[in-house]
Amino acid sequence: MSEEKLPPGGPAVTQTGHEDTRRFRVYRYKRGDGGERFDEFEVPVGPHTTVLDALRWIKQHEDPSLALRFSCLHASCGTCGMQVDGHEELACVCSVQDHGEQITVEPLANLPVLTDLVVEMDGFFRRFPHEHPIIRSSGCPSEGEDGEAHLEGGHEVTLDLPSLVPLHHHPLHHHHRAATPAVDFVRLEDCIECGLCLSACPVAATSHDYVGPAALAAAERLLEEPRGVEREDVLAWANRPEGVWRCHVGLECTRACPADAIPAERIMALRRELMFGDSDDEEGKR
Amino acid sequence: MSATDELPGTAEREQPGPIRHKGPGPSESGWLDPRGRGHGGRALALHRVTGLVIVFYLYLHLGVLSMLLVGSSAWSSFLSVVTAKSFLAFEVVLIAAVLFHGLNGIRVAFVGSGIAVSRERALFWAGTVIGTAAVIFAALHVLGALS
Repeated sequence: MSEEKLPPGGPAVTQTGHEDTRRFRVYRYKRGDGGERFDEFEVPVGPHTTVLDALRWIKQHEDPSLALRFSCLHASCGTCGMQVDGHEELACVCSVQDHGEQITVEPLANLPVLTDLVVEMDGFFRRFPHEHPIIRSSGCPSEGEDGEAHLEGGHEVTLDLPSLVPLHHHPLHHHHRAATPAVDFVRLEDCIECGLCLSACPVAATSHDYVGPAALAAAERLLEEPRGVEREDVLAWANRPEGVWRCHVGLECTRACPADAIPAERIMALRRELMFGDSDDEEGKR
Repeated sequence: MSATDELPGTAEREQPGPIRHKGPGPSESGWLDPRGRGHGGRALALHRVTGLVIVFYLYLHLGVLSMLLVGSSAWSSFLSVVTAKSFLAFEVVLIAAVLFHGLNGIRVAFVGSGIAVSRERALFWAGTVIGTAAVIFAALHVLGALS
């Protein structure tokens, strides 16, 4: 193997002296180019090679036309979401060592493919309620001269709650997600809007009208920290057939979520709020 | 540039791309494929399948009952078929489907109304144990091992 073809993530030689490789079956689609297909590539891998490393290696050494989307390389931006052997993963933190000799890589499900492993995320973001722009976690408020927080687009809010809530006060606290040495906390701003939950959702596979787990989780998160938005408006938005009631409790969204935003539990919290008018019931106080 | 002078592939680029779904077949089968699913997704798929089985059996049952209109001889000959051991095995499958659908329905009702979200997995395994024990008992009873 030539030096420039060495894999990322360590040497491609095992302890027994054999070269370690994986066969990648990569989904390909180019508009106007004869439909969908899978291409196979033999990729040298090391002990720390991720799926994204391997795909970038393919792009660099085998097929420059392979299109993929990535940015931060540490599971923070949520742009490299894809299906690896049928599981929703962020490719940048998905180790090839956790998979077999052949690894199948496909774009996210339930969203239109733009090209190869890149999907059109517009359909994902359109599911967030446009009447509550603050519901998007990427709509970060900034403090103005008047001391009040402002959102891009002129939506004014007042921040009167911290973005961290003590875990034992939070209705979803039984999901032990973030911990400090002193006190456990539930972060309310965990969603990285990667779309993995929508891809994993079996209901979204058959209902394009379904709002989806991420938007509903964001709505529930807004109930926890309203920031000037009327709770009733948020509940009215969620309380519709294509909203919380379309969920069939498959719980795949929570399983797929790489940021532990627990969307399924948040959907159920929304339902509890709608049915009993009390999201802080005994479920939350346990 | 006029429409006739546009570059090759321009029209194709305007077309929406395919939407991938889990599993082979038409998009409607996206919920059915158990690969890559957890226990919740598999339970959802099995819940739908058993629901279809139960609906199918309901209409089959009504159709079979209509044989009574034909006469007692037709009914008796039919009974001799359905009480055969090989046919009773289907009855055990039906019981298993009804039990799974019912027990999982209870789990979904509790979890889906936000009452026992944190105990969802415990409910699933409790239902599995109860359902399995009930199916074994029913199988022994239906197939005559207990008589």
